[in-house]
Amino acid sequence: MRAFAQLVQRLDETTSTNAKLAALTAYFRDADDADAAWAVFFLAGHKPRQVVPTKALRALATRVAVIPEWLFEEAYQAVGDLAETIAHLLPEPGVVDDAPLARWIEARLLPLRDLPPDAIERALLRAWADLDHRGRFVWNKLITGGFRVGVSKLLVTRAVAAAGGVDPRLVAERLMGDWQPTPARYRALLAEGDPSERAGRPYPFFLAHPLERSVESLGPVTDWHAEWKWDGIRAQLIRRSGRVFVWSRGDELVTERLPEIAAIGAALPDGTVLDGEVLAWRDGAPLPFALLQQRIGRKTLTPKVLRDAPVALVAYDLLEADGEDLRARPFAQRRERLAALVDALAHPALTLSPAVVADDWAGLARLREESRGRRVEGLMLKRIDAAYGAGRVKLGSGGEWWKWKIDPYRVDAVLVYAQRGHGRRASLYTDYTFAVWSDGALVPFAKAYSGLTDAEIATVDAFIRQHTIEKFGPVRSVTPSLVMEIGFEGIQRSPRHRSGVAVRFPRMLRIRDDKRIDEADSLDRLHALLADADAQRP
Amino acid sequence: MLANPDLIRATDRGLYCPPGDFYIDPWRPVDRAVITHAHGDHARRGHTHYLAARDGEAVLRARLGDIALQCVGYGESVDIGGVRVSLHPAGHVLGSAQVRVEHRGEVWVASGDYKVESDGTCAPFDPVRCHAFITESTFGLPIYRWRPQAELFAELNAWWRDNAAAGRASVVFAYAFGKAQRILAGVDASIGPIVCHGAVQVLNAAYRATDVALPETFAVGDVADRTALRQALVVAPPSAQGTPWLRRFGDYSDAFASGWMQLRGARRRRAVDRGLVLSDHADWPGLHQAIRATGAERVFVTHGYVPVMVRWLTEQGFDARAMESEYGGEQDDGAAAEETPDAAPVSTVAAP
Ligand SMILES: [Zn+2]
Ligand SMILES: [Zn+2]
Repeated sequence: MRAFAQLVQRLDETTSTNAKLAALTAYFRDADDADAAWAVFFLAGHKPRQVVPTKALRALATRVAVIPEWLFEEAYQAVGDLAETIAHLLPEPGVVDDAPLARWIEARLLPLRDLPPDAIERALLRAWADLDHRGRFVWNKLITGGFRVGVSKLLVTRAVAAAGGVDPRLVAERLMGDWQPTPARYRALLAEGDPSERAGRPYPFFLAHPLERSVESLGPVTDWHAEWKWDGIRAQLIRRSGRVFVWSRGDELVTERLPEIAAIGAALPDGTVLDGEVLAWRDGAPLPFALLQQRIGRKTLTPKVLRDAPVALVAYDLLEADGEDLRARPFAQRRERLAALVDALAHPALTLSPAVVADDWAGLARLREESRGRRVEGLMLKRIDAAYGAGRVKLGSGGEWWKWKIDPYRVDAVLVYAQRGHGRRASLYTDYTFAVWSDGALVPFAKAYSGLTDAEIATVDAFIRQHTIEKFGPVRSVTPSLVMEIGFEGIQRSPRHRSGVAVRFPRMLRIRDDKRIDEADSLDRLHALLADADAQRP
Repeated sequence: MLANPDLIRATDRGLYCPPGDFYIDPWRPVDRAVITHAHGDHARRGHTHYLAARDGEAVLRARLGDIALQCVGYGESVDIGGVRVSLHPAGHVLGSAQVRVEHRGEVWVASGDYKVESDGTCAPFDPVRCHAFITESTFGLPIYRWRPQAELFAELNAWWRDNAAAGRASVVFAYAFGKAQRILAGVDASIGPIVCHGAVQVLNAAYRATDVALPETFAVGDVADRTALRQALVVAPPSAQGTPWLRRFGDYSDAFASGWMQLRGARRRRAVDRGLVLSDHADWPGLHQAIRATGAERVFVTHGYVPVMVRWLTEQGFDARAMESEYGGEQDDGAAAEETPDAAPVSTVAAP
């Protein structure tokens, strides 16, 4: 348990991906197969059911720590996390039981499920007495069903692969499906690969550069193919050796989370690889990105989830057909074959990303103005004679893909409320409510919690503490005196909000300490933006 | 018996002793100031007369320059306006003192900042019996319990050793005065060279001038051999984080030393590889041990978790109250605030 708890702390405190990878690799190198199997299980995001109700756990910890309830509450307020608060408050352990992770889970945690409350309580007390501080934290997280570590499945995959000397893509494929935390299953992860397993290998994604110069400098518009820049998840759909794989950008295998896309794959001819965008999609148009995001966050796909946020693949490139790698061919040729393939397949969840056509750049620029209404981020520009590159090709090579994005909405607004953050930011005021002027009063219209650097958050946090009017629970009202520029991606009418509008993805673009609060924007401006957005909707 | 009038009370300039007409760690200019220690929130410029512990003289002069300073040894008493004043080790940083004030048989002690565990870089905390004790409360929550220093330094040494073996410098961010020297005195200097930022070197000199044994430290310019830098332990103030000064160390691993590193959230926000829970303040058990050792019935709580400490002490049967102060800025949850605010300026944003 000690090694795993230490790993969790290492992963938790560093933000460096390399340091995380190193810590994971070291752990898997040393762990025995049974422990490694459980570690993969937890790190991949599986967690045991909550076995102890939070309230009971809290009461027990308060008793063991011999402090009054109000003091426990103060401590919890400062820490912001129950498992961690308890770990800090319990008395020093006696002799620490450094049994392996697998034993702690199988012999001590899993049996809790079937015990009556008083037996659970005794088992908890024994566990706490046998664990050191870090161990208690992990244990508390596990029994409350709240275990979560900030590592991607991809990083775990890479670490297991590095520790075992196996191709990471092979490990990713083998990690598909239900993960049974058994030593045999872990050993199978690291077994010699046979050639049939190479079927799932994706191509490196070709990545676009942001267009930061005048579009005219790209030459004649006729040399270019334009299409919408979709706001979804970039994915490769692979059909080989009778199997289907869906990879997201960054080598993450997401086949199981996207059954609709996997179904397209099953209908494709063998030896086909498509590049495209997965979108939440209904009636031939994208649904808000937030729906897709929620959908991707779901661990289990209930019929309701599938109904509320159905996904589709908008295909924009054909990388392989009949088992032949087409990447060196000109884009126009690949596109033509792709169009024919999509047409022939006539699959309800597969569409061709339509070409956006205009006679000149000015015409394209006008069409690009429709982006917001279409829920896209702007335009993509691809040279019609260019090959499909690997990764982000060097600027100036001529074959680049360009993303020609629209600017997000921007308004200047006044900070009026602040709330403590969650998790790692629980002790800081990081969640802010912003208001704009309306008839001489400030009307809240957006909550934002991202966009500032840690240093800026610290500054704003200090500002909030110095300018608090009132505290209610975790929220403080703040003397209106700080202006920030707020950016957002979309705006909608909303009777539920006092301001009458709801904005999408609000974020802080910068602190405007050069502006006085009377220079902040008004509700009228938001309504004007709303009217523009309505006018653009096709 | 009539209640004794308060020997020390809070004013808008700082803690004030009316019969002696002097202030303790005042934050506005006064005629007579008794200084508990040289951290920026306690020792400020602009007073006419200063009184401080002799051990702190070199540091105080290094920080405040040419001041009218009278120094006394620990335990030695002086008379100020008929009040007997003496200074007693607070174990916080070099020269840190508790101020004992005695007038007509009534004894009050103002703790300044203190730490009960001794560390070899300053005189260890010495409890003083008194009727009323003014205590700090920076870490006044039961979640703050420090592990033994030996464990912490074993961890620090192991980290440094691993990094050195991988050819990577180990950068520790620690406050230049106090924390930095504690680290120097505690690490295993045989692992590799120790490089200190200029801000730390100045204080190292003041410590050495006061006969505190520290291992040899180099300024970065003194190290000609670049490979030696990759084996080095680098001690720098937190303000150096993210500055070009660090570039010369190449791909380094970093750590932050502070009591706040006890909390996961604070560790992650610092965005360093390691959080070292090392504080020059008393932890929760330390605060209560110190308070009990004074035998005081009345306890005044200043900078830190004031309401929590007041309520807890009241429930424990003390006559406990809050005492206003401006030390350390606001520290009500101790995250944004730092242990020694002089090293971490909080910039202000848009005042109305
Ligand atoms: Zn101090
Ligand atoms: Zn202080």
